[in-house]
Amino acid sequence: MYVYDAFDRTLVDERVAEFRDQVARRLSGELTEDEFKPLRLMNGVYLQLHAYMLRTAIPYGTLSSAQLRMLAHVARKYDRGYGHFTTRQNIQYHWIKLAELPDAMADLASVGMHGMQTSGNCVRNITTDQWAGVAPDEIEDPRVWAELIRQHVTLHPEFSFMPRKFKIAVGTAQHDRAALRIHDLALQLHRNGDGETGFEVMVGGGLGRTPFLAKTIKPFLAKRDVLSYVEAVLRTYNQFGRRDNIYKARIKILVHELGAEAFAKEVDAEWQNIKDGALSLEPALVEEIAGRFLYPDYARLTDSPPELAAARRADRGFDAWMANSVANHKVAGYAIVTLSLKPEGGTPGDATAVQMDAIADLADRYSFGEIRVGHEQNLVLPHVAQRDLPALWRALDGIGVATPNVNLVSDIISCPGLDYCSLANARSIPIAQEIARRFHNLDLQRDLGRLHVNISGCINACGHHHVGHIGILGVEKNGEEFYQITLGGKADEDAALGALIGPAVPYDQVADVVEDIAAAYLELRQRPGELFVDTVKRTGIEPFRERVYATR
Amino acid sequence: MLLVENGQVVADRYVRVDDAAPLPERVPVIVSAKRFVAEADALSRRDGSLGVSWPNDRRVAELKPWLGHLALIALDFPKFRDGRGYSQARQLRESLGFRGTLRATGDVLRDQFHFLVRAGFDSFEVKKPADAQAFAKSVARFSVFYQPSADGRVTALRRRLQDGAAAKPRETV
Repeated sequence: MYVYDAFDRTLVDERVAEFRDQVARRLSGELTEDEFKPLRLMNGVYLQLHAYMLRTAIPYGTLSSAQLRMLAHVARKYDRGYGHFTTRQNIQYHWIKLAELPDAMADLASVGMHGMQTSGNCVRNITTDQWAGVAPDEIEDPRVWAELIRQHVTLHPEFSFMPRKFKIAVGTAQHDRAALRIHDLALQLHRNGDGETGFEVMVGGGLGRTPFLAKTIKPFLAKRDVLSYVEAVLRTYNQFGRRDNIYKARIKILVHELGAEAFAKEVDAEWQNIKDGALSLEPALVEEIAGRFLYPDYARLTDSPPELAAARRADRGFDAWMANSVANHKVAGYAIVTLSLKPEGGTPGDATAVQMDAIADLADRYSFGEIRVGHEQNLVLPHVAQRDLPALWRALDGIGVATPNVNLVSDIISCPGLDYCSLANARSIPIAQEIARRFHNLDLQRDLGRLHVNISGCINACGHHHVGHIGILGVEKNGEEFYQITLGGKADEDAALGALIGPAVPYDQVADVVEDIAAAYLELRQRPGELFVDTVKRTGIEPFRERVYATR
Repeated sequence: MLLVENGQVVADRYVRVDDAAPLPERVPVIVSAKRFVAEADALSRRDGSLGVSWPNDRRVAELKPWLGHLALIALDFPKFRDGRGYSQARQLRESLGFRGTLRATGDVLRDQFHFLVRAGFDSFEVKKPADAQAFAKSVARFSVFYQPSADGRVTALRRRLQDGAAAKPRETV
């Protein structure tokens, strides 16, 4: 955990006071809605179909148990008893009253939380690997860099009114679990031949109506230059990004129109002016931030304690969950546990206040008081002793977050869709629920293996449909909901955008189509171990297209 | 519109002169970028403070040869959501070393004052009178600054280092 000090706390409190004043001026009519809009947006407050929505930042997806309890409290006191975890590792509440927003924010501020820059044309929450600090394949903890960047861009005087929003992700592991290449700016740590570490800088990724994967503009950036280089990218974008058309305002369009090379040249020219200035990160500054990440006082344990094997033999349910939801930890005797927020019949990413409180208690008991949020909209307990897994499983199962479907077909990423969102063209949640119902049989899900279904209710692509192994995009045709299906998208280190398989299908046929695609895969795969997405890559989409449209 | 400088509402010493109009003698003037670029040499020799109104889609580096002759640069915010002027201001202050007056014009509202001051502005054409009156209060709202900027304030990161190990955190939250 990063520990807030007096500086961090003061800033959050001052921000709440400022927002309280802004809400008062809006309620009195001193501010027009047009003037209030960017102010509320920069505090994570949207106006949705039915009510205001409050999005709360969870920097790089790390939560303490006290913070999770406060999220439960806000859900209970100001909302309808639940919250929705998002693909940007944040949480949002969909039923907040404007007049109560300052109080909700003050409550969040009491545990160092806020909605700053979770919306608006500024730098958004910095995201990273939800296994940061515990993954066996990482070079170092990416959150130190995410925190340095978070502080640097918080209330940044120059970058609060950019052409459009700006999303940054940081990765330091061999495997990309943070969907780096779909970010406006992504940093990936590498170790070079001399054993030095430095960041690969990628820019111009993003989904929406014009999807692009980020392009590398600097293969190896020295760590001391991270902030100055990020500043140069942001300044170049702020000055030259398009402001004439909201759909062409993201940095991906600028990078595309200028070309990555020309863009990199602009950035470099700006960077030369500032790289040796106040933003140069001397090691003491990095160490100061790194020193405020507290790590658990792990016990000296060994991997695979005998009681674990016995418990697996004794209970098939536990064994299935172990095989699906538990991953290797970098410390011997510990494990990383994923809590599925995708139960059959549920809304992907939703958690009730009761569940959040219970998970906070379990984190205290079994995970050194720490919880993570992943971009797949699941939660993680990052430091669980392997010997505690049977007891933890029973407790998680009791509150409905132990469905062993992590990374399987029913572990669906979904935006809120037309049920909540004023931008949506079509519903997302009921589509996700119907697919989960069709694949109710967990043996079938396991046989299908890793299969990411991502659903967006409109072209803005909050459900990351372009990078779903199966992507589903809701569109509107003559007042009716239709869905485009793409195959072969990936958000990992081999990121790819999915290919459209054919004409959009109506709402009530989407789950049938997914079943057809799954059946086609089972026939087409070379062997049971060949992942769905690898089969698609090998065969192309043609055999899937034939199968889906043969009877339609 | 009210002009705010040094935290106070003040009268404007400068006169804006149309491109075709003759320049008044010994009066501080603000001319357009177009006129400035066309007549820069003559304008630089003129007696009286000279200001230029610079659009936000033109590189401020173009002004480099003339910065010593300019007493004021006005940067425009056609809409408060259009933040290009912040980058121009920081480049003028921090990269090009401009020490004259930097004036924010256009859609200048209360909730931008803090950012404008930090970006290096010291003169503000404020759209609403109530906002102008609230200037001092608005810019005093924050006492913690995470990033170095044109106002030279010490960042939280540096202050932590200066404080040394005085308060190493123990509690979690």
